[in-house]
Amino acid sequence: MNIVIAGHVDHGKSTIIGRLLVDTNSLPEGKLDQVKETCKRNAKPFEYAFLLDALKEEQTQGITIDSARVFFKTARRDYIIIDAPGHIEFLKNMVTGASRAEAALLVIDAEEGVQENSRRHGYMISMLGIRQLTVLVNKMDLVGYREDVFQKVVEEYTDFLNQVHLRAEFIPVSGTAGDTLASRSGRMPWYAGRTVLQALDAFAKETRPLDKPFRMPVQDVYKFTEHGDKRRIIAGTVETGQLSIGDEIVFYPSGKSSTVKTIETYNTPPQNTITAGQASAFTLDKQIYISRGELAVCANQAPPRISSRFRANLFWMGRKPMVSGKTYLIKIGTAKEQVELEKVLSVMDAADLASTQSKDRVDHHDVADCIFRTRRAIAFDPAEEIAATGRFVIVDDFEIRGGGIIREAIPDEQVWVRDFVMQRNYRWETSAVSRDDRAERYSQKPSLVLVTGRRNVGKKTLARALESRLFSEGKIVYFMGIGNILYGVDADIKRPGSDVNRPEHLRRLAEVANVMLDAGIILVVTAIALTQKDLEIIQAAVDTDSIYVVWLGPDPTDITHDVIVSQALDVQDGVQSVKRLLQDKGVIFRP
Amino acid sequence: MDHLDQLENISIHILREAYANFKSLCMLWSIGKDSTVLLWLARKAFLGHVPFTLVHIDTSYKIPEMIQYRDELTRQWHLNMVYGTNTEALEAKQTFPEGNADRLTCCRLLKTEALKNTLSGRWPRYRFNHSENRYELDPNTEPYTGVIAGVRSDEEGSRSKERYFSARDRRSEWDIADQPPELWNQYKTDFAPGTHVRIHPLLDWTELNIWEYIDRENIPTVSLYYNHGDGKRYRSLGCKTCTFPIESQSRNVKEIIEELKSGQLANIAERSGRAQDAEDGGGLETLRRDGYM
Repeated sequence: MNIVIAGHVDHGKSTIIGRLLVDTNSLPEGKLDQVKETCKRNAKPFEYAFLLDALKEEQTQGITIDSARVFFKTARRDYIIIDAPGHIEFLKNMVTGASRAEAALLVIDAEEGVQENSRRHGYMISMLGIRQLTVLVNKMDLVGYREDVFQKVVEEYTDFLNQVHLRAEFIPVSGTAGDTLASRSGRMPWYAGRTVLQALDAFAKETRPLDKPFRMPVQDVYKFTEHGDKRRIIAGTVETGQLSIGDEIVFYPSGKSSTVKTIETYNTPPQNTITAGQASAFTLDKQIYISRGELAVCANQAPPRISSRFRANLFWMGRKPMVSGKTYLIKIGTAKEQVELEKVLSVMDAADLASTQSKDRVDHHDVADCIFRTRRAIAFDPAEEIAATGRFVIVDDFEIRGGGIIREAIPDEQVWVRDFVMQRNYRWETSAVSRDDRAERYSQKPSLVLVTGRRNVGKKTLARALESRLFSEGKIVYFMGIGNILYGVDADIKRPGSDVNRPEHLRRLAEVANVMLDAGIILVVTAIALTQKDLEIIQAAVDTDSIYVVWLGPDPTDITHDVIVSQALDVQDGVQSVKRLLQDKGVIFRP
Repeated sequence: MDHLDQLENISIHILREAYANFKSLCMLWSIGKDSTVLLWLARKAFLGHVPFTLVHIDTSYKIPEMIQYRDELTRQWHLNMVYGTNTEALEAKQTFPEGNADRLTCCRLLKTEALKNTLSGRWPRYRFNHSENRYELDPNTEPYTGVIAGVRSDEEGSRSKERYFSARDRRSEWDIADQPPELWNQYKTDFAPGTHVRIHPLLDWTELNIWEYIDRENIPTVSLYYNHGDGKRYRSLGCKTCTFPIESQSRNVKEIIEELKSGQLANIAERSGRAQDAEDGGGLETLRRDGYM
């Protein structure tokens, strides 16, 4: 069982664990003597904490810098104790340690009382989803083992815990003198409760969430064809629930569905069912194109939320604040997507639970209630319903800088498009030839190239020239003006003399494009002055990331474009720069 | 689901995360029990395949049985096997056994330097050619950006503070006091060009867990771990000059488990037979900051 020990700096976490290791005879032979010897050599008094603070810098400074895992055993079971640092500067290390724990011990110095990080850590423990907490009121020897001092801490901290929806048992202890750790000392006759050791053994083991709906983030799709293995294996770790051979399964956010054909194992007895906690693998009856990042769900159970907007509690560990208007990466389950901070609703100081409404950014060590917007829709559950699929991290500049839990989905503007798409994907009849085989035969990645720009800049000329060039080089390519859709596909919504409903028009264009991309084609489409909103509708309906925007001429709209082609350029030079883009993106290969 | 099942599932999850996120991925195989358990877990994770390269650093002072066993399993399991070595230091006889370096310097040259330069592709790599049944110069000199290693946090102090996905900078150095956070099962899978990430799927395993798993899965291990009648066996494997056998009667896996649980080894640190640890003030921090496993 994993237990984290947290609390304010210098309140004695490492000392308690060190002493517990000694008193329960859990140290390897000679370790205690060796540490005592090192202390003597450096003319330092021996401290139990040195048994854990293994780093040279930690011993010099006398503080814990990074969480250590300590293996520890009682008569009842094995423990990994995660000794978390109490200094504010190392909060990210504390959070790292605590996010692996099933229960927590929180240490408060009886003399100093409740401090800033006693509260901050309490809040983090609650937010990380740990529900079992025992508070150790330490250094009782320094306050003459007085009950009233202990009670004062109990009252003050219980008030705080109520606010973060946690309940705890309190134990008066002394790390250096060893009171109430492994056994009762008799110096606190007024205390009749458990020792720390008994409290540890009383923590309940987390039960596997087997009764929740099935959730499995897809880690990968394996095809080891070069080793003569023809299986197409979906791999991932089951977060909640269970799944059996023959069950119908749906992948979100795409909405594609199939049936479980086999459950794959190696050097393990065959299984008919996979359950929460298992690193699993299975194959499907009907071959559908899915990839890492989708969330696998049982068809007859509650579906997850699908949206590009959601409200979440975020805690920020980056030194630079999280700000609106900047693109970050979000990782949730196995999905990774671009994300922006849309709005900060309130920011809270975790040390005193005071909140401010007036901030528009999230600073180092802030906890905030905010709204996020992802580039493409993601699948998730509110953390309250299913914790594992409701938590995420934010990555900036290659590092995890923030963590959060989702409170609720917020509808986005593309929800009407996505409803159609999910219906379509659910009922989609797959072709006998797989996407990969087709891509290999054509040696190209099916893609949509949107050539857009202001009126009369030569969009169609460029698009046709691109089509001709790629065709002459053996590519399967097709040019389609957006007007081609207007009188046929749009016949029912196009009234003479009036403009067509543009969002619906774009959705239909995207549906046509989706069919052509499924056929393996590189499709070149021209349209006047597409905006970011237009692009988002197209992205919601086209079943691939392979959409590239070419802006031709001056004065671009707010659309995210991949390349701008100058109008002054010779057509062939324009074609060349689009071709370079397609090569860079791996759509076509370099000669 | 018992404790070993849990450990196995987490390790497989981490291996799959590594494979999905790192294009140039390798696994360090020291031939010892831990990295062999890791290799076994990889075959489970990828349903019978090992879809990345295994790297061994050959100091030339390894116990001969280790190299034999390495090449046997390479052939039998059809592994992508590569080794690297510090030819320069060996030719200049800059080693502890030759009397020209202390233990720590020898470790740094033959292991850390060889490891860093083999991973980065600056020094030659030798790849096993299965059809020719021999090692030959590997034309691939691309640096490995993901490096899987079998370190465990119960081994020594600096390993107790490791992350599952642990960043190394351009010089392979480890900034131990400023490690990135690792939340729930989200790891550091994004990295700047020129840097690499060490991946540690066995962090939560203890020495006893490793032997219990070897027993349960019937994993082939090198014979040096067992007493063959002289009352001696190796508990931890390394170079023959700095690793010493311990006094032990254990002749098989079951007897080792018993010895670790309640026998004479129940309270003795695993690496007590490793001389270089003692020279680093009882840990490996200095070596490991510099890039040692």
